[in-house]
Amino acid sequence: MTTGEDTLICRNVWKVFGSRAADHMAALGPEPDPARLAELGLVSAVRAVDLTVRRGEIFVIMGLSGSGKSTLVRCLSRLIEPTAGEILFNGQNLLAASEAEMTQIRRHKMGMVFQHFALLPHMTVLDNVAFPLEVQGIARPAREARAREIIALVGLAGREGAFPRQLSGGQQQRVGIARSLAVKPELWFLDEPFSALDPLIRRELQDEFIRLQSRLKKTIVFITHDFDEAIRLADRIAIMKDGGVEQCGTPEELVMNPATDYVREFTRAVPKAKVVRLSSLVEPGPRPEGIDCLPARATVADAGPAFLGGAGRVGVEHEGNFLGTVGRDAVVRLLLGGGM
Amino acid sequence: MTVRTGKPFGGWLIWTLALAIAAAVWLWGEALVPFAFDYPKGWRIPAARWIGSFVNWLVKDAAVGPVAFSDLTRFVAAVIDKPYQLALALLADGWQVAEGGAARQVVPPLAWLAVIGIVALAGLWAGGPGLAALMAAAFAFVAVFGQWHSAMVTLASILVAVPVGVAGGLMLGVLSWRHPWFESLLRPLLDLMQTMPVFAYLVPILILFGFGPTAAVVATLIYAMPPMTRVTTLSLQRLPGETHDLARMVGCTPRQTLWRVLVPSAREPLMVGVNQVIMLSLNMVIIASMIGAGGLGFDVLTALRRLDFGAGLEAGLAIVALAIALDRLSQAVARRGYRAPLPGGIVARHPYLTAALALILLCFVLGLALPAVQGYPEAAQLSTSAFWAAAVEWINVTFFDTLEAVKNTILLWILVPVKRFLVGMPWAVAVALLGLAGWRLGGWRLAVLVAGLSFLIAATGQWEKAMITVYLCGISTLIALAIGIPLGIAVAGRERAWMVTRTVIDTLQTLPSFVYLMPVVMLFRVGDFTAMIAVVAYAVVAVIRYTVLGLQGVDPRLIEAGRAMGCTDWQLLTRIRLRLALPEILLGLNQTIMFALSMLVITALVGTRDLGQDVYIALTKANPGNGLVAGLAIAFIAIIADRLLAAAARAQRQRLGLEAA
Ligand SMILES: Nc1ncnc2c1ncn2[C@@H]1O[C@H](COP(=O)(O)OP(=O)(O)OP(=O)(O)O)[C@@H](O)[C@H]1O
Ligand SMILES: [Mg+2]
Repeated sequence: MTTGEDTLICRNVWKVFGSRAADHMAALGPEPDPARLAELGLVSAVRAVDLTVRRGEIFVIMGLSGSGKSTLVRCLSRLIEPTAGEILFNGQNLLAASEAEMTQIRRHKMGMVFQHFALLPHMTVLDNVAFPLEVQGIARPAREARAREIIALVGLAGREGAFPRQLSGGQQQRVGIARSLAVKPELWFLDEPFSALDPLIRRELQDEFIRLQSRLKKTIVFITHDFDEAIRLADRIAIMKDGGVEQCGTPEELVMNPATDYVREFTRAVPKAKVVRLSSLVEPGPRPEGIDCLPARATVADAGPAFLGGAGRVGVEHEGNFLGTVGRDAVVRLLLGGGM
Repeated sequence: MTVRTGKPFGGWLIWTLALAIAAAVWLWGEALVPFAFDYPKGWRIPAARWIGSFVNWLVKDAAVGPVAFSDLTRFVAAVIDKPYQLALALLADGWQVAEGGAARQVVPPLAWLAVIGIVALAGLWAGGPGLAALMAAAFAFVAVFGQWHSAMVTLASILVAVPVGVAGGLMLGVLSWRHPWFESLLRPLLDLMQTMPVFAYLVPILILFGFGPTAAVVATLIYAMPPMTRVTTLSLQRLPGETHDLARMVGCTPRQTLWRVLVPSAREPLMVGVNQVIMLSLNMVIIASMIGAGGLGFDVLTALRRLDFGAGLEAGLAIVALAIALDRLSQAVARRGYRAPLPGGIVARHPYLTAALALILLCFVLGLALPAVQGYPEAAQLSTSAFWAAAVEWINVTFFDTLEAVKNTILLWILVPVKRFLVGMPWAVAVALLGLAGWRLGGWRLAVLVAGLSFLIAATGQWEKAMITVYLCGISTLIALAIGIPLGIAVAGRERAWMVTRTVIDTLQTLPSFVYLMPVVMLFRVGDFTAMIAVVAYAVVAVIRYTVLGLQGVDPRLIEAGRAMGCTDWQLLTRIRLRLALPEILLGLNQTIMFALSMLVITALVGTRDLGQDVYIALTKANPGNGLVAGLAIAFIAIIADRLLAAAARAQRQRLGLEAA
C-alpha cells in the first residue's frame, strides 16, 4: 500500500455558522455542547475533527447529506475560514498563512474537482484545462502543451475544441479532473466528483480515477456519500455524522470492527468478501511449490476464482515479496460471518 | 416586522371607529380645525425654492477642490457627445464641411441598403435566417414609410446610450455586489430612480447639460441603468458557490475572478439586463426628444402636438419596428452561446464582418452612380397619413353622438363625483387614515413612512393636485382590474388562448406609451376621460399577466382536493384558485399602479390638471424646483401604494400559510 509520512493534519477543527460564531465559541470553551450552540442559533457544520492524511493515499470522507463533508474540505483548503482548530500542510500552519501565501499554495500545490464540474461556459475544453496555468501568467504555448498532455491523460484527446455544453456529464467531469491536475498539485481534493453522474458512467470514471492515481500517486482527499464508492477507492475512510468524525480507518477496519452503531448500520450490508483484503488473512510461511500468487491488495472476492478452480491455498505477495498463504477454510469462516 | 392579523372583529371595530371619526371631522370640523382642510400657506415647506437654488448652486459654484461640478458635467457631455457625433454621421448625416453659408456633404452616411444588409447579417449571425429576415423587414418597413432619417438619428442615440448604460450598470452592480454598504446606499436611490417619473429629472438635466442630444442620452441613461445594475448584482449573487470556489482554488486575483470567471459565467442573466437597457432606452425615445433628442421621438411629439395622427402613428410604429428588431436580436445573442473560433486567415475567421465591410464598400460605390442605393427613393415611399385622417374624420362624424354620450355619462356619474370626494377630503383625515392602514398592515414603521410621505405632499402645497392624480390613477386602476382579472381568468386555463394573449400583451408592452394616447385623443379629444382610457389601455397588461401567473401557480393538488370535495367550478374559482392567487394578483395591482402613474405624466400632454401637468409645465419653463417637487410627490404616491400593497400581500400570504410569519 502506498502510505507515506503525514502530509495534511487537522486538529480539533470546528466550523460554526451563525452571527458572531467565533465569539460564542471562545466563550463556550474548548468543548462546546452542540445543544448549547443550537440554542444560540448557530449551526456547527464541522465539530472537533482530527484527521491525518498520509502522502500518496486516497483518503475518503464519507457521510450523508448535510453531515459537513463539503464544509470540512473547504476548511482544509481554507476556502472558508474554520472557526477553531489547526490545519498543518507539510508542517506549515495553513490558518496562519496570509491570503497571498494561501493563493500561492492553492495555485501550485492544491487541485480541486467539483460536484457540478464548475466548468467555464465561455471557454473550450483546452482553455478550461489551461485556465489555472493562464491565471498564473504562463505563456500560451507552454500552457496549451501541458493542457493537451493532461487532456490526453484523461482520455479526451480530440475534443480540445469543444465547449462544455457540447459534452456529456462524464466528459465534463473528465475536463474538471484534467483542469485540477493541470498544475500538478500535490494535494488533490475531490468533492463528490461522480455524484452527479449516472451509475454506469460513475463506475467508468471510478476505474479511470484508480488508473490515474496508480500513475500519479497524489495525496487525495475524496468526498462521497456513497459507501460502495468509498470502499472501492479508499485507502482509508473517515465516516462523518452531524459534523463529527465517527470512525476513521481502512475499509476493512470499518467493516470488521465498527466503532459505533452508526458505522455498524452503514457497513452491515457490505459483503465482507469485497472489503477484506488477503493481507489480513495471510498466514506467514514459506512459499509452497507451484502455488498461484495474488497481490496483498486483492480482496477475498478477487481470490474466489482461484479457490473455485480447486486450489486449497493461494499465495499472497506484495511488491515482489512473498508474504504467506491464505487457506480455503479461513475464507469460508469469514464469509460465514465468523470473523478472521 | 410584526404583522397584526388580529381577530376580524377587532379589525372591524377599529376601522368603523376610525371612519366614523373621519366622517365627523369632515362634516363638522371645518370651523374647529380649519388647518386640517387647507394646509396653511405659512407652514409650507418651500422645497421647490430650495431645490431651485440648489441646482443653481450646483451649476454655478459647486466644486470639489479645483474641479468644479460644471467641469464634471462637461466631461460627461464630452464622453457622450463624441461617439454620438460619430454614430450620427455614420448613420444619418454623413460628414460635412462648411462652404460659404451652407454645408456640403463630403462623405455620405451609410447607404440604406448597406444598413439593412448589416442588420440582416447581424440577425443571421445571432439567430439564423429567420431572424435575418425579421431584421431586414423591420428596417425596410422604416424605409418604406419614409422614416429612415429619423430612425437613424434615433438609432445613433441608442447606439451610444446602450453601451454606456450597460457598462455603467455593470460597474455599479459589481460594486454593490462587492461592498454591501455600497448596495445599501444605492438601493434606495435605484428605487427612487425607478418610481420617479422621468419628466421630473428632465429639467435639472436640461440645466446641467443644455438642450440637445447629450442631455437626452443622459436622461435615457438614468432611466435605463437601474435594471442593469440590479440584474448584475443579482446574477453575481446567484452564481453557484462552486464557481466562486473554483476561482479561489486556481488562485485568481480579484480582477481575474470577476472578468475571467464570474461575469462570463453569468452571461445569460446579464444579457437579460442588456435587453432591458435596450428596451428602456427605446421607451425613452419620445420623452428624450423633449430635451433635444431628434429622430422618431421628435416626430411623434410634433405630430401629437399638431394632432396629426397619421404622421404620429407612422413614427410611433417605426419606433416599435426598431424595438422589436433590437429586442429579438439581443435575445438571440443571449441564447447564442459561445462558439469555437473559425480556423484560417483573418478573412476566413470573420466571415460576417468581412461581408459587412464588403457590402458597405459596394453600396458606397454603387451609391455614387445610383442615388436609390444611397437613400431610399422618395417616390417609392408610402404614407398612410391621409388614410388615418379620413378614418378619424369618418368615425367622428358617424359616431360623434355615441362617443360623446359614453364619455359624458362616465364623466358625470363616475369621474366627477370621485374627483369631488377625493379633492374635498381634508388632508389631515387622509393622512391619518393612511397611517392607520399602514399600522394595521405592517406595524408602526410602515405607519410612520406612509403618514410621513403623505404629510410631505401636503406640506409642499401639492395636496389638491396629488388628489387629482390619485383619483385618475385609482379609477383607471379599478377599471383595468375590472377588465383584466376576468380576462386573465378566462385565458389562464386555456393553453392556446393564453399563448395568443401573451403574444398580444408582449407586443403591447413594446409600444411606446405615447402610442396609446393618440387613438384615444383622436376619438375623445383632450381631458380626464381621454387620460383615463389611455392609462387603462396601458396598464391592463400588467393585471392580465399577474392574474394568469397567480392562477397558473396554484398547486393543482389543491384544486383536485377541492373537486374531490364536490366544489362547483364557481366555488373552485372563488374559494380556492382566486384566493391562493391573491398575493400575485396584489403584486399585479402594484405594477398596474406604477404603470398608471408613469402613464399619467404623459397624459398631462392632453391636458389633465394633476401633478403630471406641473411636471410638464416646469419642463417648458425650465424650472427645476417645481418639476422635481411635483415629480417627488408622484414618487411618494407610488411608494405609499407600493409599500401598503406589499404589506397586504405579505399578510395575505401568511394567512394562507405560504410564508412564515
Ligand atoms: N454558509 C452556511 N451557512 C449556514 N449553514 C451552512 C452553510 N454551509 C453549510 N451549512 C450547514 O452545514 C451543514 C453541513 O453542510 P455541508 O454542505 O458541509 O454538508 P455535506 O455533507 O457536504 O452535504 P451534501 O452531501 O448535501 O453536499 C448543513 O447542515 C448545512 O445546512
Ligand atoms: Mg457537499
